[in-house]
Amino acid sequence: MNFQRFFINFLIGGCCLAGRFLATAEVVIDINRGVMKPTQIAIPNFHGSTPLANDIAYVVARDLESSGLFTLINPQAYIQSFPSFATRPQFKDWHLIHAQILLHGNVTLAGDKIDVTFKVYDVISQQVLDQFSLSGRAKGWRQMAHMVADTVYTRVTGEKPYFNSRIVYIAETRKGKRRTKRLAIMDRDGANHKFLTRGNTLVITPRFSPVDQEITYFTYLEAVNARGRRSSRGGRIYRFNLQTGRTDAIGNVRGISFAPRYAPDGQSLIFSIVHKGISSIYTFDLRTRVMRRLTHENCIDTSPCYSPDGRRIVFNSDRGGSQQLYIMNADGTDVRRLSFGQGRFATPVWSPRGDWIAFTWLTPGDFYIGVMRPDGTGQRMIAKGYLVECPTWAPNGRVLMFTRQELNGKTHLYSIDVTGYNERPVPTPQEASDAAWSSLIQ
Amino acid sequence: MKLRYFGALVGCLALAACDSDKEEAITTTEDSAQVDTGTAADFIATAGDRVFFELNKHDLSPEAKATLERQAAWWKAHPDKEFVVEGHCDERGTREYNLALGERRANQAIGFLVDYGVSENHIRGYSCGKDRPFEILGANKEEFWRQNRTAVTVVQ
Repeated sequence: MNFQRFFINFLIGGCCLAGRFLATAEVVIDINRGVMKPTQIAIPNFHGSTPLANDIAYVVARDLESSGLFTLINPQAYIQSFPSFATRPQFKDWHLIHAQILLHGNVTLAGDKIDVTFKVYDVISQQVLDQFSLSGRAKGWRQMAHMVADTVYTRVTGEKPYFNSRIVYIAETRKGKRRTKRLAIMDRDGANHKFLTRGNTLVITPRFSPVDQEITYFTYLEAVNARGRRSSRGGRIYRFNLQTGRTDAIGNVRGISFAPRYAPDGQSLIFSIVHKGISSIYTFDLRTRVMRRLTHENCIDTSPCYSPDGRRIVFNSDRGGSQQLYIMNADGTDVRRLSFGQGRFATPVWSPRGDWIAFTWLTPGDFYIGVMRPDGTGQRMIAKGYLVECPTWAPNGRVLMFTRQELNGKTHLYSIDVTGYNERPVPTPQEASDAAWSSLIQ
Repeated sequence: MKLRYFGALVGCLALAACDSDKEEAITTTEDSAQVDTGTAADFIATAGDRVFFELNKHDLSPEAKATLERQAAWWKAHPDKEFVVEGHCDERGTREYNLALGERRANQAIGFLVDYGVSENHIRGYSCGKDRPFEILGANKEEFWRQNRTAVTVVQ
């Protein structure tokens, strides 16, 4: 396997996506050549008597740049200045510095309330593409900035928004053999970081509810004897309410429940239970607390994930001898194998847009993050490493985040465009793994 | 020059010893010190507490079976003791699958121990997946992986 082939695959994927852009946006983003040509955007300082005006403009610029689809033109190159928000742009001045999009805004603060008005100009056609006003509480200014960035992103690229979202993940520290794994949450851009657990238990694989302020995760349980020796007591799935801080254990099961994920309506969980060495897939209705077993093979069935319409389930299983991806109906019928070929396939995650399934491909040399169509075709790898795993989709199905562990054991999060372009590290205060992306915050 | 290296080496060992569990400190001295019969240290010294597996496998090797036979014999001499079998995996797998695989390894060892006379009521098994590695990364990657593809029997 060489990387050249993957690169050619990006090009093919890129062509399909470019078609979508052409249909929806005035400014065409050129990703035909695999190497994308980002849109040049100018964002002069927002107007307003409050320092928040510049803070908001800064957050908007950082959001847009992080997508890889925009390049911010250095403000020192700007020719025109705006004495007021009403000043009409001199389009030739912006054209001269190669700006394609101009974003200008005005921010007013009255007591605890903040109003943001902004205009998106297409420099080439010399038109206002969009004009919007938002208002809210001043302390929510970062969210408002993300909403401005989402509006510009959507208007220019034709993609759905994703900046105004959050990430839950596992913050890791190590001392000798002993690892601490704490649940942590942050805004998509790393702001408002908060630890949710103390670190006295090992927590892994958190997942966001698609509809509620709630997450689910797995915790290892341990016993410590009089001599301080720790021994395992298995583990179980918990739910955590982000508003109340309340924690709930899921179901009283024989065996260990793990690998939880919410159904798209948020009303039930799907997970594995392992008992006497056999791992099977179950669903658990959060209202009726009824548990239902979906698979009955003498093997490992795990990492289940629903399609966005809730009608299908993709999971990984070694029923055929090696770890591969399978797909079945939501009631467990019509099981079909999805992945073939060398290596092992794991951690399937259905895109919220429904068009791709992200997965981990394990080879004796490296691990890869890849995507395939829900019928198993169109497979291509978008990232690789000594150990990459746990892909998660942005709410718009355009960007992914994943865990990469280096050979020296250090583990961090990365984000990448579905085309395999724009891979970048996600900064976190400690080492990080197992990211899960929230839905868009409305 | 050589002496200075030696000094550094001793320093490393001392640090490593501070980090490790008390249990292991006992095992390293078992040759010289008297080990009380029926203790965890006695179990490790007479039976051996660990068996190893191939990559992504849970079959028991002849060596593993020999170790488990000694563990079962030890238990029969101390039938009041309880065993917890922890199944571990190396990091060359995905987290959730390895959780299942660790359970399968623990279960395989338990099945053998029960067949050889350990009471089912005195033995439990749990998976540690790849999240509580038994060994930490040293110079030799292959050896580090091998050490973590293990089922460890802990005397309660």
